[in-house]
Amino acid sequence: MTDSDYKIIVGLEIHVQLATRTKMFCGCELAFAEDPNSRVCPTCLGLPGALPVMNAQAVEFAILTATALNCKIAEFTKWDRKSYYYPDLPKNYQISQYDLPIGSNGFIEIPLSDGQTKKIRILRVHLEEDAGKNVHTSGNFSQVDLNRAGTPLLEIVTEPDMNSAEEVRALAIELQRIVRFLGVSQADMQKGHMRFEPNVNLHIERGGSTSKTPITEVKNLNSFKALEKSVAFEAVRQFDEFLDTGICLQSGNKKTFGWDDVKEVTVLQREKEEAHDYRYFPDPDLVPVVVNEEWLERIKTKLCELPLKMQSRFISEYGLSDYDAGVLTTDKEMAKYFDDTVKTGADAKRVCNLITQTGIKIANEKGCGVAQLGIEPTRLAALAKITDDGKISATAAVTVFEKMLESKDSPDKIAQQLDLLQRSDEGELEKIVDEVITANAQAVEDVKSGGKKSKKAHGFLMGQVMQKSKGKANPQIVAKILGSKLGS
Amino acid sequence: MAQNKIDIEQVKQVAKLARLDLTEAEISQFTTQLGAILEYVEKLNQLDTSKVEPLAHCLPINNCLRADEVKESLGTDKTVTNAPQTDGRFFLVPRILEESGGF
Ligand SMILES: [Zn+2]
Repeated sequence: MTDSDYKIIVGLEIHVQLATRTKMFCGCELAFAEDPNSRVCPTCLGLPGALPVMNAQAVEFAILTATALNCKIAEFTKWDRKSYYYPDLPKNYQISQYDLPIGSNGFIEIPLSDGQTKKIRILRVHLEEDAGKNVHTSGNFSQVDLNRAGTPLLEIVTEPDMNSAEEVRALAIELQRIVRFLGVSQADMQKGHMRFEPNVNLHIERGGSTSKTPITEVKNLNSFKALEKSVAFEAVRQFDEFLDTGICLQSGNKKTFGWDDVKEVTVLQREKEEAHDYRYFPDPDLVPVVVNEEWLERIKTKLCELPLKMQSRFISEYGLSDYDAGVLTTDKEMAKYFDDTVKTGADAKRVCNLITQTGIKIANEKGCGVAQLGIEPTRLAALAKITDDGKISATAAVTVFEKMLESKDSPDKIAQQLDLLQRSDEGELEKIVDEVITANAQAVEDVKSGGKKSKKAHGFLMGQVMQKSKGKANPQIVAKILGSKLGS
Repeated sequence: MAQNKIDIEQVKQVAKLARLDLTEAEISQFTTQLGAILEYVEKLNQLDTSKVEPLAHCLPINNCLRADEVKESLGTDKTVTNAPQTDGRFFLVPRILEESGGF
């Protein structure tokens, strides 16, 4: 049997931490790496008598995201209690949405490596609160920190429409771009802002019939790399297991595996007894949410052009490569900065190079975004223009870019001050070319005789001219003069 | 207790989900008591509710929302002061074998 005999089937359950200032049902500030148990109050501690009140911003972020994921928005939703006992869950229930999720029946479009896109259906999008953290276990005790308890989470469940580890990774990255574009989450995987749990199984073709392997859910994935590798690993593991045991999918034989980041394998987790008996019921402490047309329209005004659409526009309108357009649209501010600059009339490819090759590097060093470097689109466009016109070399453009961070002068003026302007005066350059031709008879001979040596000799002569001009000659004009003099 | 509304196995199951360690006597006692409660509540089934929408909440109001504004939290000291067991920073609970908090 070969690999081509099975098809991987993957659905994802995703939790996205919303970028509100406060928790889902109380005014405690969301804080990363604060003192343990410092950001809690009677409500998120689940103390008797405390009442939860919905955070309007969290509800609007949820509706905005569900809209961007092409979901149908529920006109009426409510809150349900999901009951289970665990030390990090102070109320012994989690407030969630059971039968009336805020969004349903949507889809997300993901880019594939061949340049095509694929639609992955979204089953549901709902809001819930996060649990606390069991921090450390020593001796007979575990330490519990409840700072995270009550943090608003958006749970997104896809249909099992992904058929490779690469597609799973593509969806994860696309979703990260979308929530960042919408400004609803910082979506930092290392900080746990996005948690992905794939459900994986295989459809195996054998002897004209299809066998389905038991579904496994994979947890403990802290990076895109781990997510992708775990799905690839599960596929191979399940295929081997099927060949060994022949066990097929049945109700109740779903298993949970944890990803071991060091060994890069999935490990069977101890089965939780009757884990799915959550006894959901409507939370009497919270009233329903009714989303009317007016509210929905107001939220929709915060929608923006989504990254994949922007990426394909950069390709079709500006002629960028898929790769360049992808890099520019990883960040909304950067994408907009690029777009604004090009719209002032600058050459797209040149602006792209300035941003992706110089801007990102400097911005990373400074710990900010490219758009926050303080170079307005019009000034960046001016820099692109003098580079395109051959007034300065591409190397000099980097120097001017750096200088522009501290000077408000025009790029032209900065280039002048730094003596970086290229010489484009044909008469002056012709003199240098003549000198070089006189001094290098052999190379001139080689160019004229054509053949293999010609190209090399031509390059040598160009180099001599550039050297004599101290690197300031405009190479295009030098090439033109050389060409006309040597008939090459 | 032939026609009891809840059997011993169900009571054991519910106790397990609620992390309650019941004695055999308690299980028997709760089976009788819970059965009586369920039997009483079952009177509601006499009503025809086939044309009644399920009620999500008993109050005729919705959208009680608050602005996303920070309110002061309790702080660590106050938070853990009433904890049955604490090291002054964390709640201490019996050792958890399986680390899998969060969603
Ligand atoms: Zn709180």
